[in-house]
Amino acid sequence: MGVEAARLALRGVDASKHSGPDALLFGTALPAYADKTNATAIHAALRLSSSIPAFDMGASVGSTAGALRLGLSTIGDRLIVMSDMRTGLAGSADEANGGDAAAAFVIGESDAVVAEYIGGASITEEFIDRWRTPGDIRSKVWDDKFSELTYVAAGRQAYKNALEAAGLSADQIDLVAVAAPTARIGSALASKVGAAKVVDDLTATIGCTGAAQPGLVLANALESAEPGQTIALVVLADGADVMILRTTPALAKYTPVRSIAKQLESGAPLAYGRFLSWRGMINVEPPRRPEPARPSGTAAARTTDWKFGFVGSRDSQTGDVFLPPMRVSSDGQRTDQMEDAPMADVQGTIATFTVDRMAYSPSPPIIFAVVDFDGGGRLPIELTDTDLEEVAIGGRVEMTFRRLFTADGIHNYFWKGKLIRG
Amino acid sequence: MASHGIRDQVAIVGMGCTNFVENWGASLDDMMIDASNEAYASAGVNKDDVDAYWFGTAQSAMSGIALARALQLQNKPVTRVENYCATGSEALRQASYALAAGAYDLCMVVGAEKVKDTGFQGLNANPIPNDGTARTLTAAAMFSMIVPAYGNKFGVDEDTMRAALSHIAVKNHYNGARNSRAQFRKEITVETVEKAPKMAGTLGLFDCAGVADGSAAAIVCRAEDAHKYTDKPIYVKALSFIAGNGGGLTDPNYDYTTFPEIAACAVDAYAQAGVTNAREQVAMAEVHDCFTPTELLLMEDLQFSARGTAWRDVLDGVFDLDGELPVNPDGGLKSFGHPTGASGLRMMFEAFLQLRGEVPEERKIHSLAEGRKLALTHNLGGYPGEMVSFISLLGAELD
Repeated sequence: MGVEAARLALRGVDASKHSGPDALLFGTALPAYADKTNATAIHAALRLSSSIPAFDMGASVGSTAGALRLGLSTIGDRLIVMSDMRTGLAGSADEANGGDAAAAFVIGESDAVVAEYIGGASITEEFIDRWRTPGDIRSKVWDDKFSELTYVAAGRQAYKNALEAAGLSADQIDLVAVAAPTARIGSALASKVGAAKVVDDLTATIGCTGAAQPGLVLANALESAEPGQTIALVVLADGADVMILRTTPALAKYTPVRSIAKQLESGAPLAYGRFLSWRGMINVEPPRRPEPARPSGTAAARTTDWKFGFVGSRDSQTGDVFLPPMRVSSDGQRTDQMEDAPMADVQGTIATFTVDRMAYSPSPPIIFAVVDFDGGGRLPIELTDTDLEEVAIGGRVEMTFRRLFTADGIHNYFWKGKLIRG
Repeated sequence: MASHGIRDQVAIVGMGCTNFVENWGASLDDMMIDASNEAYASAGVNKDDVDAYWFGTAQSAMSGIALARALQLQNKPVTRVENYCATGSEALRQASYALAAGAYDLCMVVGAEKVKDTGFQGLNANPIPNDGTARTLTAAAMFSMIVPAYGNKFGVDEDTMRAALSHIAVKNHYNGARNSRAQFRKEITVETVEKAPKMAGTLGLFDCAGVADGSAAAIVCRAEDAHKYTDKPIYVKALSFIAGNGGGLTDPNYDYTTFPEIAACAVDAYAQAGVTNAREQVAMAEVHDCFTPTELLLMEDLQFSARGTAWRDVLDGVFDLDGELPVNPDGGLKSFGHPTGASGLRMMFEAFLQLRGEVPEERKIHSLAEGRKLALTHNLGGYPGEMVSFISLLGAELD
């Protein structure tokens, strides 16, 4: 999800006005790896230059507010990626009220800027609200009422301090967007700060999305804001962080590549049993076939551009596209006369397809299609987020970065196809 | 570039074949010993008479030692061969060339596979370390993609496609029911095929070949020596092999309605054997019916049917046991299962029996009596778009 959000964010930036980021900061409360940096997989999928650093912000909900504040209050072009999956035991409030989401922002100084940072403040609190032992699938919660009182107090103080830092009064804030551990805490604070309008925190539709929530509510605010408006983003996580932004005239010309509303429209119902199996809450009988072997670390290191960046090769003479990349031309006559063929943003058409009810998959059955890409190139590849009934020869497909499976603790990231609807 | 072939230079003078079953009670060694002893007896030779061995197994053993140790061979050269599902056929091809080259006078080919010791369903390749981006689909799913592509291209509706595929399954089980070595010896109905659980795409259980253990063996010599061993040698007319370069997986022009490797292999094999009209000259064919749509396409790639018409020939019974050109008269992979290293030689075993007139009455084909003289065997290994192809043509008479 982090990769997908970052792809949308980078595609939304006018490249003629803004160069790429000079650092990537990634925050999640549910990192795929401990010890190993998680941001590097996103870095590789985005094909950022190896000279651009990629850092994890730590496995807490509050980490992403930190990334955003750091990015906004220091000099430099940053790509901030926030992604989270909210897990909880079956029947828990976290399961019912949680949501999975990712958001990404490109921060920098140029004509492309749609909102300027004009001031912020933080209140740091050490108290037991929610906590989780690393590796557990559930968080525990102390006392809702105690949390609410503590957060509202911290939030109001930070809000006041931020207004001072920005040189604004409360009535000069047009939109307030609050990211809180629960919808109730968020609305309790929002009702007390005196802003003209409270932005929908999407907890009713998507749910509380943990470390992604600050990005999600800020994106929602930006998608509904007019140029010249002030937005206060409040994040309640182990204290409170407030960031105040003013939208620029550039916002008028900015259209999100895929708006939140549009993404919500394209959602589909998911059976609870399937949800539980995806979450690892119930074990589904696997096919009586060998489970996939762990990917080779060294082999993957040789093919990073292909595996993470979905870059094939294009014969510089014939234009033939090879997925995966090849060194030798299709007639066998020429070696190493290829150029990169980045295909992650290229769409394709289904030539033929099938469903495999026997192959191993974390989400069986595997729907699989032979995809012919616009402008050349073919790859037989798994489809995701797709119902079998929708698949047909001639159907249109776009690529999305996914985890295929995990073996020996190694997450096997690669790309899948996804039907383009509508 | 040339493919001269070795038409009429090499002969099969003895063969053996175990029953193909889920052979819980027999090891790879047991099956190789049984198939080999039957082949020695068939040719009237003993172990020491054989100069060199070729041993085909896809993944049940490594190196020639596996065969040398099982048979306790005494200082014999044994070459282990692997070439996907064409492994057994490929072993015979290599032995034949060694004979034609004059390197040896009498060679033996043993193909064997112990599939059922894994505890898994289907055939599963040993994993080779990779970057995790290769597809992990089953063979059934890869071959099932033929069905919509073929129907779409040639305007064959789903019901007609289904009828043709079901006919292939019913035919091969009908033939297998008449073969004591087959794994499945029951006739099935169209209804059974169509009500079976779906495995991949529109393919159900009975559209897929079985899985079995087995071994088969052949003794080969130069044609001029053949009558030293038997009155009824079977001569090699053609041996053709093509390893595809995977072009179909990357080339959008490949449309999943043909196997180009096999079409090219057939052209080469027919040229080697001097066949000008396969539909009229070939008496029988043992083909790689791993899945029913595979056999359908093979009828076109092997030039038995014109493009887009095999479904009609299938439904008209052209390839039935009593048809014009019987295909898989022994029951095919459908009835035998597919012990990878053995299957190619099992096909040749049926050609050997049919050409020598040694099959039971109920499995006899008419085409030989009607003057056709050639038996074809065919293996493929891999998937649509990326496969190896083997074709042999065999005959009981020298040209």
